[in-house]
Amino acid sequence: MHEMALCESLRSAIEDAAVRERFSRVSRVRLSIGRFAGVEVEALRFGFDIVMRGSPAEGAELVVIEEAGTAWCFDCSATVAMAHRLSPCPCCGGERLVPNGGTEMKIKDLEVT
Amino acid sequence: MCTVCGCGGDGATLSDGQGRQALPEHHAHTHTHADGTTHSHPHGHGHGLVQDHDHDHDHDHHHDHDHGHPRDAAPTLDYGAGPARAHAPGLSQARMVEIETSILAKNEALAAKNRARLAEGGVFALNILSGPGAGKTTLLVETLKALAGRLPCAVIEGDQQTDNDARRIRETGTPAVQINTGKGCHLDAHMVGHAIDKLPLPAGGVLFIENVGNLVCPADFDLGETHRVTLVSVTEGDDKPLKYPDIFESADLVLITKRDLAPYVDSNPEVLARNIARINPHAAILEVSARQDGGLAPWLAWLEAARAARLAKLAAAAEAKADALRAAAGGTGSGILKAAAGGAR
Repeated sequence: MHEMALCESLRSAIEDAAVRERFSRVSRVRLSIGRFAGVEVEALRFGFDIVMRGSPAEGAELVVIEEAGTAWCFDCSATVAMAHRLSPCPCCGGERLVPNGGTEMKIKDLEVT
Repeated sequence: MCTVCGCGGDGATLSDGQGRQALPEHHAHTHTHADGTTHSHPHGHGHGLVQDHDHDHDHDHHHDHDHGHPRDAAPTLDYGAGPARAHAPGLSQARMVEIETSILAKNEALAAKNRARLAEGGVFALNILSGPGAGKTTLLVETLKALAGRLPCAVIEGDQQTDNDARRIRETGTPAVQINTGKGCHLDAHMVGHAIDKLPLPAGGVLFIENVGNLVCPADFDLGETHRVTLVSVTEGDDKPLKYPDIFESADLVLITKRDLAPYVDSNPEVLARNIARINPHAAILEVSARQDGGLAPWLAWLEAARAARLAKLAAAAEAKADALRAAAGGTGSGILKAAAGGAR
């Protein structure tokens, strides 16, 4: 459900950028979403189309670049690659893990006219 | 703003027991100038910002485009958009604008403002999160009774509808502001900033911010709190942290509530605690019961220790700053004295 709120923040960031960078239309929005960022990409796409209506990004293409997940393993004292939030450590099989990569959601760039 | 779930700011209202008001908007609005150009303006309200609404940007940019400049990756139809920042209505070229910021950058900036404001007053602020019905308000009411007369407190209550919770809090004699988020599923730093405006901030005391009951969305939104406290009751199932990890992941403290009910609901608080630690190995985990004598003792002890640690940290920072200022004043002061002594001679 918070994907709608993310779209609202995204719209506000695009509107700020439109003033700052002096553009009136956005044809493509590229986001970088971490695997552990807690964002449901399909819900984000649904929200994007609705929330961007009436903004410079109305009808813009949404490109989502998914960032791989990593976690710090307390037992290995190392960063390990993680496919799923609840997977055990691929090296030691331990479960004491804290995500340290793929947790961010960023706006990378906009294609504007 | 959002027509589907209302997550944006403008469904929200604030009430402080005396009155009720809609939350000021902080979204941009768009307007069209006489020359046909359309511009959007962000409207930042409150938080110490000057609330003027000037729209004074220059319009030179779209009258001075050059023609015939070849550009990288230009389409065949080159109308020569000229300098990178020029635009011609209807006939302009695509370009890339690097943003590279968090989607939640705006919320994060407002949260930092709230945090600075709270630090200035030595206010220890807790963001209280849980699913609906875990016992946030009951915990607060009992905590406020236990702290009465010892610590100044204030409460910000977040719910989609009604001011029932704020009324329960006010019955304890503690000032409370209710934020109704409408259909919104979480509090954000903007709403909390306005709620802080309405409260007598408890200098040196505790501000409790009770978030909207929700296990997912509130986790993403920093409010400017000192610590995050997540509640999970034994009635919710021991595997709750595994099913809804977000709200546990960022907590500094997790309280297992309704501890007294565990035998009646087939809960094993040890398993629940293990599942919490699986998601968040950093968090302190305490078992509490608001209905038993002394059932909140571990939580109250944590609260006092964490508050004391916070105040000590703020005091140390203030002392370091005072030392630096004294040193600077001492240097300049002796310089002035020397100059004065020189002048007298």
